[in-house]
Amino acid sequence: MHMMYFTEQPMATYDAKAGLDFGATALNFSNKYFDPAEGSRLYNEYLEEYVLAEECGADGIMLNEHHNAPFCMQARTNMFGAILAAATKRVKIVFLGNPLPLTENPVQLAEEIAMIDMISKGRVVSGFVRGGGQEQLANGVNPAYNRERFIEAHDLIQKIWTEPGPFRWEGTHYQQRTVNPWATPLQKPYPRVWIPGVLSKETVIWTAQQRYPYIALNTSIEATKQIHATYDAAAKDAGYTAGPENFGYLIRVHVQDTEEKALQNARQFMWMQGEFTGLANPVWANPAGYFSPSGRRGFVEFAVGRAINPRGNPTFEQQVADTMIVAGTPSQVIEKLKYLVRETRPGIMGIWANDGSVSREDRRRCIQLLCGEVMPAIKDYGASLGLKDPWEANAPVHLRYSTDIPVRKVAAE
Amino acid sequence: MAVTWTDSVKEIAGCKLHFSRAGNGPTVLILHHDIGTPDSLPFYDALAQKFDVVIPHHPGWGKSERPGWLRHPRDIAAIYSWLLTDLGASNVSLVGLGFGGWIAAEMASQSPAAYKRLVLVGAMGIKPPEGDIMDQAIVSYLVYPQSGFHSEAAFTQVYGQVTTDQLEAWDIAREMSFRVAWKPYMYSQTLPHLLGGIRSPALVIWGDDDKHVPISAAHVYEKALRDAKLTVVPECGHFAEMEKPEVVASLVTNFISN
Repeated sequence: MHMMYFTEQPMATYDAKAGLDFGATALNFSNKYFDPAEGSRLYNEYLEEYVLAEECGADGIMLNEHHNAPFCMQARTNMFGAILAAATKRVKIVFLGNPLPLTENPVQLAEEIAMIDMISKGRVVSGFVRGGGQEQLANGVNPAYNRERFIEAHDLIQKIWTEPGPFRWEGTHYQQRTVNPWATPLQKPYPRVWIPGVLSKETVIWTAQQRYPYIALNTSIEATKQIHATYDAAAKDAGYTAGPENFGYLIRVHVQDTEEKALQNARQFMWMQGEFTGLANPVWANPAGYFSPSGRRGFVEFAVGRAINPRGNPTFEQQVADTMIVAGTPSQVIEKLKYLVRETRPGIMGIWANDGSVSREDRRRCIQLLCGEVMPAIKDYGASLGLKDPWEANAPVHLRYSTDIPVRKVAAE
Repeated sequence: MAVTWTDSVKEIAGCKLHFSRAGNGPTVLILHHDIGTPDSLPFYDALAQKFDVVIPHHPGWGKSERPGWLRHPRDIAAIYSWLLTDLGASNVSLVGLGFGGWIAAEMASQSPAAYKRLVLVGAMGIKPPEGDIMDQAIVSYLVYPQSGFHSEAAFTQVYGQVTTDQLEAWDIAREMSFRVAWKPYMYSQTLPHLLGGIRSPALVIWGDDDKHVPISAAHVYEKALRDAKLTVVPECGHFAEMEKPEVVASLVTNFISN
C-alpha cells in the first residue's frame, strides 16, 4: 500500500471575518486580504513539513493546486513538485494533479513534468484533473469545453511521452505544428498517471478505460463503493479486472498524543464553514457546461436555493461519527483507518492531515505520529488484506501496456 | 387582433433549427437574447400585425439542436443567412435583441446591401469604451435575467414564478453563450471595423438602465454605422422589448415601415 501525506497548504492567517462579511471566501474574495509576509513564512514551513514527512516514513507527498482562495496557497502544483524534487530523496512526488484544461500549452506542461521527473530521479506520479469550476473562472478558461480539453490535452501529452518528435498536433482545442520538446520523462513508458475525483461518473469511466488508478477524494464509504462499482464495470468492458492497485482514497486525519488535542485541531478541517473550497456562489463551482448534463436539473434548483446541497453540510461531530474525519491518538486512528481500509480496499491512501490554523508545533507532531506510527501499521494491515499499490502489483502504466489482455485484432478494412 | 404563430423546423448546417412565424408583409427576422426567449411576447405579436415575422431559436438554444462545432456568433449569422435563403425571403429587416443584436450586426456586415433595415436593441458584439458587458458566469440564474430589467415588476410580468424548466433553459442558454462567446466575452474585436460598409438604415435602441451592456456601446454603434439613429428608452433595462413592449414595438414598426 502506498501512503501519502497531503495538506491543502491553507493560508490560515487571512481575515476570516472579512470573508464572512463578504459572503464568499473564494474566486472574488479580494486578494487584498493576502499577506505576503505570512505567505512567505507558511510556504517555507509547509516545505519543511514535507521534508519531515519523508524523514518520518511517508511513501509520497501529494500536491495539488487551486486559485483565488485562502483554502489553498498552491497556485501551480509543479512549483512545489520541482522544489521537492531537489529537497527530498525518496518520496514519490504525486501531483493530484495538474488541471489539464487550464493549460493553453500542453506541450510545455509535458516538458515541465518531464524535468521534474528527471530532477527527482524518476519519482513523479503525474496525476491529472479537470480542475474545479472556480479554477476555470479564475484562469479565464471556458468551462463548457472542460472535459474535451482535459481528454485532448491528456492524449497530446501521452503522445509526447511515448512517440519521438517532431510531430504535428491538429486537434479541436490544441493545434501545435512543431511538437518536439527536448526533455522527456525518465520513467518509461511514462510516469504513472493517477486521476483524483469526487463525483463525476464520466471521469471514473474514462479513468477505468485508461487503466489509471482513480483516487476518491474524501468521499463517504458508500459513495466510494459506488465509484468502485462504476470503475469495475468499465474495467470489465475494457477487458481487465480492477484490483486495489486501481483505487486510492484520500481521507482527513489528525493525530496527536491526546485525543482531546487531536479533536480540537481536527475541527480546523471545518475552517471553510464546511465547504472544502471556501464559501462560494454555487455557479462558481459549477459554471454552465462544466457539469454533467445529467445533473443539470438538480443543480439549477440547488443554485437558486430551492434544493439542499447534494453534498450536504454535515457537522463536525457527524463527520467524525461517519469516519469522514478521523482524529485521535495513533492507536485510535489506526483502528478507525483499519475499518476504512477494510471497507474501501484501496491500494493507495492519501492522508490529508493538517488544515486551517493548526500550530506549527502541532502540525509537526501530527506528521511525526502519522508517518512514524500510523502509516506503518496501516501498510502492514493493508498487506495482510492483499492491498497492493501499483508498483507492488506491477500494474501497467496504461491499458495499452497491459499484458493480461489478449491483443485485439484490428478489423479488416 | 390575435396572432397565430406557426412553428417549423429546417435542417441547416446539420442542425435542426426551430423557428416561429406569423403575420404578413415585409419579412422581419427577430434574433433573441443570450437568455433565450419565451414562446410568446407582446412585442412579437405587435410586430406580426404589420410584418411577416420570423423568430428562430439560436442553434443550441431553446428548441433548436446544438451543433457541437459552433464557435462564434458569426457562425450563427451564417446559419441565418442560409435560413433566409431557404425561405426565399428578400429585403428582410433584422431586429437584434442584445446578443441577437451582435448576430444581426454580423449578418449586415457580411452583406452590406442585403437588408432593408437594421434594428439593434441593447446590442452586444462590441467592446464598450466605458464599462464592461456584464459577466453572467459569476451571478446566479435568477440574478442575471432579473438584472436585465429596470423594474422587478416587469421581470415578474414576463416570467412569473420561475419554473425549474425555465432555470434549466437558462443554464443551457448560458452554456451556449460560453461556447460561442467566452473570450473575448460577448464582443468581437473585428466587428467595429466592419460596420462602416453597411448601407441599411439602422435604429439603435437602448434602455437607459441597461446593466448588461453599457450605453457607451450604443454610441459606438451609432458612430460606426453609416446611417444610424440612437433612441434611449427611459426607465428601461437591457431586455427593452420585454420591459417596454409597446414603446419598442412602436419605434421598430415606424422605422421599418418608413
